Amino acid sequence: MTDGAARFGWFESVPPDGLEGARDVIENESTELPKDWPTRAVESDFAADESDYYDKLHDATTAAMRAAAREAGRADDQQLTHSVRAIDDAERVANEVAERAVEWGESLFEDLPAGLTGARAMADREPTSSAEERAISLARRAAGLADEADALRAHVERTAPSVAPNLAEMAGPVLAARLIALAGGLESLAKKPSGTVQVIGAEDALFAHLAGRAPSPKHGVIYTHEAVRGTRLEDRGSAARALAGKLSIAARVDHYAGDLRPSIHEDLRDRVVSIRARADDEAAGESAEGGE
Amino acid sequence: MTDLPVGVKRRQFDGVSRLATRGAPVYGEPTDGEWRVWDAGRSKLGATVEAGLDTGLVGGDRVLYLGAASGTTVSHVADFAGPTYAVEFAPRPARDLVEVAERRPRLFPLLKDARRPETYAHIVESDLDAVIQDVATRDQAEVALRNQRFLARDGRLILAIKARSEDVTAAPGDVFEDVLDSLREGYEVLETVRLDPTHDSHLAVVARPR
Repeated sequence: MTDGAARFGWFESVPPDGLEGARDVIENESTELPKDWPTRAVESDFAADESDYYDKLHDATTAAMRAAAREAGRADDQQLTHSVRAIDDAERVANEVAERAVEWGESLFEDLPAGLTGARAMADREPTSSAEERAISLARRAAGLADEADALRAHVERTAPSVAPNLAEMAGPVLAARLIALAGGLESLAKKPSGTVQVIGAEDALFAHLAGRAPSPKHGVIYTHEAVRGTRLEDRGSAARALAGKLSIAARVDHYAGDLRPSIHEDLRDRVVSIRARADDEAAGESAEGGE
Repeated sequence: MTDLPVGVKRRQFDGVSRLATRGAPVYGEPTDGEWRVWDAGRSKLGATVEAGLDTGLVGGDRVLYLGAASGTTVSHVADFAGPTYAVEFAPRPARDLVEVAERRPRLFPLLKDARRPETYAHIVESDLDAVIQDVATRDQAEVALRNQRFLARDGRLILAIKARSEDVTAAPGDVFEDVLDSLREGYEVLETVRLDPTHDSHLAVVARPR
């Protein structure tokens, strides 16, 4: 912020009869110290008197907040659900089409790398026959769909924190969106017990277990979280249970309150550290036994 | 018992004497003519006034309210105070807060982080009569100290300390002492009262700048 801006009130860059520009000033300007803004506004002819100033301030602040709240409202959990499902569809289809295009391309050109890499290599070629034209066009569709998946992912990363700030902070935006989508919305995720959150996405394994055919699943989609994946195999069940517990707290805070709570994230970090310390304890115990 | 601010009254609702202010109803609270109940169970400031603490609020005051949430308490403040600036950080409750502000011409809602007063010092005026703070973050004393710049020399800080926001494991009494100690870097603590059982593990504090 420049020295000039630091001396001025919000109204000094907004014309008195055009409060449209006020939102930007209200949201983005800053200054170190408050002043007697109502008096200054009257002195600088922004307002006729103090009462007029407060009327204008009221219009500007309520309009700015309404606009901000509306934007936050558009980024709701349904939008997030559509976006994350679209990522999965786009990625799956991109890979399928890429595989087909590369298989075709290998019969027309030299050897190609498998999957999307191969499709992108094909996409850069100029066709010399009608068969090549079709195969290359197909490869371009695959590459385009993969680009769309990347763009969707970036969109989820940008919007998830405003829909579910704590969940996005804890799980990462994409996993947060995936949990919301699988649960059928933020509200139903917030209402699920943490034992259910732990196995969301592992329904096949869960029902196999309930039918007596398999051990109980330790984790569902939360498997991709570093807290689970970065923990050794014996302790992954514990890590998944701890993570699921904190994730369901995060979902409840996001649904019922909506503010970012740093404490729950610190709690999870502490918990994961103590679970991983078991491996060190055992290693210490074994070396002590070995010394006997 | 200290005097209630002008614009706040005790009135009978269903045979019980309760605090009330005059304004448009906000959360389905009982009303009697133009008066509506200020529910001390839902408002820490209401509980503070109910407990008889001298908040220094007299009515018509210029107020900065930190942690306005959906506007339950700040709606009552705007009913009896003068210009009232309401700071809330989360966009979700902000939707309700706008509705509350819509019907109160001297309530100015701001979507801002109370830990960063420089982001709203170009809007909120100086020399305010009161800063009312009810934020659920750590470092509640730090928030109060940073926002001291808005207070007049004889202004009042009215603070609800939430022990569980500072440290869930420590005894609330120890947490309150820590917060009060930090607060004394910039404030003289005038009065405190525990808000239990209406608000578990909360301490109401009235202080003035040193």
